[in-house]
Amino acid sequence: MSSSKEAILSAIRRNSSAAAELPDLDREWTIYADRREQFIAVLEAVGGQALVARGRDDLIHQLQRLPVYSQRQKIASLVPGIESANIDLAAIDSPHALADVDLAILPAEFAVAENAAVWVTDRRVPLRVLYFLCQHLVLVVPAHEIVNHMHAAYDRIAEIERHASPSVPGFGAFVSGPSKTADIEQSLVIGAHGPRSLTVFLLEE
Amino acid sequence: MAHALAEWESLRELASQIKLHTMSRLDEYLEQFETNATRLGAHVHWARDAAEHNAIVAGILERHGAQRVVKSKSMLTEECGLNPYLESQGVEVTDTDLGEWIVQLRGEHPSHIVLPAIHIKKEEVAALFHERLGTAPGASDANYLAEAARQHLRQKFLAADAGITGVNFAIAETGGFVVCTNEGNADLGVSLPTLHIACMGIEKLIPRAADLGVFLRLLARSATGQPITTYSSHFHGPMPGGELHIVLVDNGRTQLLGSNDFRRSLHCIRCGACFNTCPVYRRSGGHSYGVTVAGPIGSIINPARDPQLHKTLPFACSLCGSCTDVCPVKIDLHQQLFISRRQLANLDLLPWSKKLGVKLAATVLDRPWLYRLAGRVARTSLRFLPRWLLYNRWNIWGRQRELPPAPAATFRNLYRKRQRTRTKQ
Repeated sequence: MSSSKEAILSAIRRNSSAAAELPDLDREWTIYADRREQFIAVLEAVGGQALVARGRDDLIHQLQRLPVYSQRQKIASLVPGIESANIDLAAIDSPHALADVDLAILPAEFAVAENAAVWVTDRRVPLRVLYFLCQHLVLVVPAHEIVNHMHAAYDRIAEIERHASPSVPGFGAFVSGPSKTADIEQSLVIGAHGPRSLTVFLLEE
Repeated sequence: MAHALAEWESLRELASQIKLHTMSRLDEYLEQFETNATRLGAHVHWARDAAEHNAIVAGILERHGAQRVVKSKSMLTEECGLNPYLESQGVEVTDTDLGEWIVQLRGEHPSHIVLPAIHIKKEEVAALFHERLGTAPGASDANYLAEAARQHLRQKFLAADAGITGVNFAIAETGGFVVCTNEGNADLGVSLPTLHIACMGIEKLIPRAADLGVFLRLLARSATGQPITTYSSHFHGPMPGGELHIVLVDNGRTQLLGSNDFRRSLHCIRCGACFNTCPVYRRSGGHSYGVTVAGPIGSIINPARDPQLHKTLPFACSLCGSCTDVCPVKIDLHQQLFISRRQLANLDLLPWSKKLGVKLAATVLDRPWLYRLAGRVARTSLRFLPRWLLYNRWNIWGRQRELPPAPAATFRNLYRKRQRTRTKQ
């Protein structure tokens, strides 16, 4: 054992406070009458856009009408059926090769009504940089996968992980809206280092 | 934003209880975290102080031959002075949070833990970017400037050999940790280079993944009023083919843990809410504190670690209590600031002028006749004494301000008169 570790741990043991219970998190949390409506409203408030797609064909149809889709040169997709995706992700093993991706269309696990967060992992998107390096991002979430709040979100993650291998994804993130900054005189700028826009499709199947 | 959530007070209470519990078993949770993180393939390091932390980070970079490092916002590495240390070793460090990068380019330190460049005007950023990035002279539109920074820093991300991040929360039961940003800079910084070094204070631990449900609901709402930060990224082990190092840093934290008075300051999640509400911070700005973490929380932790160096901070407080009201983890900030003053007095660290003033005040306030006499003398002298005598060199208050006009009557007189008129009616 490193001597620094031993020194820190023994200093903690010397200085620890009286025992205190770890609280149970089961409470009457706010739930939303219409989770989808709540999600859509909050996503708009944080600078994103949510669209409902009735099936795969409708998803592709709506996607093609989006300016972020029709004007883009380099499109990467891990959502099946996107024909104009012209980057073969299977052939790419270096994150640096994705530097010029204009639009990425990626699957997401579930959404959170409370704060418009969408849970994404590197299980289905091995090169996690894609979520952040593309100029514009489209996430596709199953429409029935919207939980009320962050407590339900972590319950959902635990449920997913019970059936998954490895049991914890190396990378997972809640994404709520496009990247932003307010570091210059507190004026909001959408499109800081990450995607300049975020469109979330709630896909009904 | 806080009021949009009916359960806000329950969340604060839970957060406080979780932190209280964690601190009572910090040794167990740290060991649990190390075991789980190691199982996931991370390398865990322990650093007693800033010097050891800096040496560990520099050592890892050296072993990888890493010359160019991109860093996301981390108050811990600021506290440890990591940037100048690495630069002295010939490593190029780029702070990638826009505010922190602006501050870095100016050769300054952050003035706020969430908004590091809050003290800088957009015209100043425009001048800086014109000089350093070649943006159009005088162009001070925030969108234009942020775009220029985006283009420039993208090249830094793509060329980096290693990414350094802070840690918002580390989860004992899983061995993972969470980093929150709005810009996406932390994620870019640790998804392009294969080497990720995460530096964290030992107080960042939480027991369970489910506890994040509580803290992530509190953090951004308290920091910027957002319902959650744009990115809340969970890292469990290195990226495929990569390497992950986690540095656990004490640097005075176990000393705080041993203090019954200031232990709760370790519950802080660095949201900055106490800064934003503090009338003293809002007036004086972060640089006036001369420390990495300023504001009310900084006025507690800094003197608790080094009373001699930071003895003036708790006395700047007006004890209004607003910080305590807004703290998402219910730290009793203004109480701790009050206790801190008493301790500094007991350590005999007050300047003689303050000691004399307090003694004088106690003598006068203890004797009603003397108080009345002093009042009368003051009222009269304020009216008749010449300026050169009133605004002498001991009158610090009067250096930038005019003394108030002497009132015609005392409160006591006014009150007596009012009571007499009432009795007559």
